[in-house]
Amino acid sequence: MPLLSRALQAVMVALIVGVATFLMMQSLPGDAAFRIAAGRYGYDNVNAGAAEAVRAELGLDGPLLGQLLRWMGDLARLDLGVSLISGQPVWGEIAHQLGASAELAAAALLLSLLIGPPLGIIAGLNPGGWFDRALLVVSTALKAAPQFLIGLALIVILAVELRWLPAAGYGEPQHFVLPALALALGLAAVSARIARNAAAEAAASAWWRFSEGKGLSRNRTLMRHGLRNLAVPLLTCVGLQFVTLVEGVVVIESIFGWPGIGHALVHAVFSRDVPMVQGAALTLGLSFVIVNAMIDLALRRVDPRGAA
Amino acid sequence: MTKGRIAGAAIVALVLLFALLGPILVPGDPYAQSLAKALSGPEAAAPFGYDHLGRSLWHRLAHALRLSPLIAVASVLTAGIAGLALGGIAASRGGWIDRGLTLLADSLLALPGLLMVLIALSIAPATAVGFWAGLSLILWVEFFRLTRATGRAVLGSPAVTASRLLGFGPGYILRRHLWPEIAPVLLTAAAFGAATAIMGIAALGFVSVGMRAPTPELGLMMVELLPYWREAPHALLTPVTATFALLLGLVLLAGGRQA
Repeated sequence: MPLLSRALQAVMVALIVGVATFLMMQSLPGDAAFRIAAGRYGYDNVNAGAAEAVRAELGLDGPLLGQLLRWMGDLARLDLGVSLISGQPVWGEIAHQLGASAELAAAALLLSLLIGPPLGIIAGLNPGGWFDRALLVVSTALKAAPQFLIGLALIVILAVELRWLPAAGYGEPQHFVLPALALALGLAAVSARIARNAAAEAAASAWWRFSEGKGLSRNRTLMRHGLRNLAVPLLTCVGLQFVTLVEGVVVIESIFGWPGIGHALVHAVFSRDVPMVQGAALTLGLSFVIVNAMIDLALRRVDPRGAA
Repeated sequence: MTKGRIAGAAIVALVLLFALLGPILVPGDPYAQSLAKALSGPEAAAPFGYDHLGRSLWHRLAHALRLSPLIAVASVLTAGIAGLALGGIAASRGGWIDRGLTLLADSLLALPGLLMVLIALSIAPATAVGFWAGLSLILWVEFFRLTRATGRAVLGSPAVTASRLLGFGPGYILRRHLWPEIAPVLLTAAAFGAATAIMGIAALGFVSVGMRAPTPELGLMMVELLPYWREAPHALLTPVTATFALLLGLVLLAGGRQA
């Protein structure tokens, strides 16, 4: 049942992207037939005849509803055509960019999980202590700072002032650090809070006291009983954070010149490359749905009680 | 009101007060250039110094701090009304209307929020209306989910059944049962929504696809002043500090959202 609703969600995502990009196409200045003909035959080979042929073939002079249906039909067959700018097939470009984005997103998520939950657990085991309060201040500040502002601060401090790392680029391991950190700090602020609350709740629970009462040390209790309990809210949180991550990828890639799908989306919108917008938006939306479907399944394994 | 919320409200009020009164206290023009003074420090006519084109940062900042919150408030109002109405309909009608609206909201959540803003901006380039439309389209989802969840719980309660049996209409139930439950969380949702809107406007300005120069806008000011960081750190820090203060205030005002 949950998988069925995810599948429905995927169809709906495609519908929204289709309608939004159709509106975008309609709003563009100039003649769509000319632009598509140019995309097909190259800008030098376009004349009124080629444009008319395209218009007749695609029914571009018909009523709007017919055009919309045709547009959605192409989308349903996942036929996105070629980029209006590079002339390459959209799917080829996307496959390339998705790899770069996935690398960055995975690095950021891993980094945030290494920073956030451990700090949150330490704070949660001593609620009200100095570390707990310090973490609250830091995580509130990080939550308020948008990712591009964190990115800006990292560039100014680590790249411009200290000259430790390159401010932008792609290909070398050191290029990962700044964009991944810019994304990870915001995510870690949230996962630290969630881990902190879950740990504080666990440490106050009856099963925790029983475990310590039977002679297990605090570390053993945390390892044997605590972590699995903490994993449930954390996994849910990771699923929700995927939104933040996808959103952040769009902005952070543009700032750091990362050749990923977010960068491509911003550029495609900027240069009115509708097929690329469609491809990038569709890929981002569908990967969100797929990741959440996987998290639904993972949650069932971690917490077989069926509460999740 | 907790301490955090009071502090947040105070910060937001302070920032907005500066935006409204700043140009009245020190009269000036955010577009007027005096190139000889480019990147120079504060003086009486320009208390925050000058940017790279010799424009007063005090006045540019004040105008930027009018623009973003204005768009944010307009978007939150539109999104709030739409979300409340649709959430109320979904909760009271149920059935396929409920399922359809929930599916639509969930699917919008799956797309990067800035996408809708980018597409709205490509239809109405670099205008406040484009931002307003795009931001409203993504912000209504939060209000919808909130209203629907609360609405379902409230409408199923014995109190509402009693009211219905006594013959009270939907208007009464809305006013006396639903609204008191939703109103307290609306402040949180509105503050988060406004923060999201301001972040989005600044982020798109920063990557040069939002407002266009010479409009004073927070993100645009940052990206314009970034190359002059070494010569004039105060110039870059002006919009950065203001943006951070405004967002911090809004997040504090929203209060702790339980995980």
